[in-house]
Amino acid sequence: MKSLWLSARLDALTSLRARWFQIYVLVFGGIVALFFLFGLTESRVLGFIGLSRLLVTYIQLTIAIMPVFVLITTVRSVAGEREAGVYEYLLALPVSLAGWYWGKTLGRYVVIFAPVFLAMLGAVGWATLQDIEVPWNIFGYYTALLAVMAACFLGIGMLISALARSTDMAQGIAFVVWLGFLLFLDLILIGVMIQGKIAPETAVLIALANPLQVFRTAALSLFDPQLIVLGPSAYVILDTFGATGYRFFALFYPLMLGVVSALGGYLVFRRGDLP
Amino acid sequence: MTSPQTTEPAVTAPALQFNRVVKTFRRARVLDGVDLSIAAGERVALIGSNGAGKTTLIRCLLGEYVHTGQIFVHGLSPRQHRTDVLRRVGFVPQLPPPLRMSVGQLVRFSAALCDAAPQDVYSVAERLGLDAARFAMRPFVQLSGGMKQKLLIAIALGRRADLLILDEPAANLDPEARKTFFELLGERLGQVTMLISSHRLDEVSALVGRVVEMDTGRIVLDDVVADAVALNSVVDCRIRIKRAEAAFAVALAEWKFGGDETGLNWTGEVAGADRLRFLGVIARYTGLIDDFSLTERRL
Repeated sequence: MKSLWLSARLDALTSLRARWFQIYVLVFGGIVALFFLFGLTESRVLGFIGLSRLLVTYIQLTIAIMPVFVLITTVRSVAGEREAGVYEYLLALPVSLAGWYWGKTLGRYVVIFAPVFLAMLGAVGWATLQDIEVPWNIFGYYTALLAVMAACFLGIGMLISALARSTDMAQGIAFVVWLGFLLFLDLILIGVMIQGKIAPETAVLIALANPLQVFRTAALSLFDPQLIVLGPSAYVILDTFGATGYRFFALFYPLMLGVVSALGGYLVFRRGDLP
Repeated sequence: MTSPQTTEPAVTAPALQFNRVVKTFRRARVLDGVDLSIAAGERVALIGSNGAGKTTLIRCLLGEYVHTGQIFVHGLSPRQHRTDVLRRVGFVPQLPPPLRMSVGQLVRFSAALCDAAPQDVYSVAERLGLDAARFAMRPFVQLSGGMKQKLLIAIALGRRADLLILDEPAANLDPEARKTFFELLGERLGQVTMLISSHRLDEVSALVGRVVEMDTGRIVLDDVVADAVALNSVVDCRIRIKRAEAAFAVALAEWKFGGDETGLNWTGEVAGADRLRFLGVIARYTGLIDDFSLTERRL
């Protein structure tokens, strides 16, 4: 346990000094600041106004930015450290491999989740000061969604870092993975379905296996419970899960994907050469 | 009637034991059946040219590489009993890693893992001429090469390790720090086993009692070193030169020698273990030297 906490603390403190973290904070803090600056809370779209409008836009942008950010920075720093000889030295200290790996994962998780959550929390704090009504149900679910999203892509990033033997290779794989998720968002799948190349059920299954799509749909489901914007796919989703069931699935499945990926990464890491 | 006295020495498990250790990277056989046994308290130089397999052997010993064959540290496998083994090991790598953490974080992290007091690490660093506490907030990666090396040595020696694995440990140190480093090793003689890696024997010959040479993944030489210099000895040196020479003065200033007002007479002290390196420096000015003397004294 001591190894775990020490490694987590060390990784978190080291990340705070990294350039990527400063950019990361700037991006998410900047997004919220810009929203307030340009009066997003006062605009009305599809009946949404106030903080709900801001949160909906924020989560959509986060879904677009966070996965690629987490994937690339995780594999860059983890694989980069190994390549640079950091592992050779630090793993010559009496730290257990489980403590090191999971500590590193935990420390990094805190560092990537905290800025996106704090930016959202800041928005809520500001709205409270401005007497803007806070939609606590949306805030609560989006917080859970962000927490799961961070875990999901961090887990995938850790697996890639364990598998790839060089930073270049790790970055390449991370980018391809992210591109794969992006290509199989609903729009691409709808196009393929229209051309009749795959069965609708297969398309929906692929969409449900794609964590990016799962997050997008879950974020939509709060202000569009019938998922009208998804078209016929909504029937499959709602018939299979129900509205509440789907929101639960959108938290459970990506979390499992992240945990299983991280676990796979750990097994690979433990079994092979460490540096 | 009395029972006969046993005169045979007690049989103890070796500190380090390598049994037919083989390591391959893809198709390259980097370690090719290494067999080696090192007794507790021995000081062994591991020498060989680049690519001989020294670093790979050390990484296997630290449990960082998977391999075939067996390695035991005090009877324990470093891979299976990682923390138990590494708690007894002080390691200094050849190249300081580019650690982004601050000096303070590194010291606290390593000391906490090794159940040591950070103050002990700072004390050793101070003896080596590095006021590490003053740089506690500075990222390790921003220290100079010599400062990094001093700090890594301080982390390795500032705790209770009974096995020191040192990969070219003195390469980046100035003469004064090297002298202290040899003293620190001298204080641990008999208590710790040392494995010192280098690609040059003259760099480490004074530190060790045994030399193991590797070539293409095999041990090609295993011999004793007949060097009588004690690690904690100091050599007093006097030099007289024929004419004042600026380059000579600069070279001696690095060894903290003092000259008289004429610039012709120089005196100073050199760590006994460092005398070969010192003579290498002096040899560049052979034509300039009028008189030269070395007198060893033990501290």
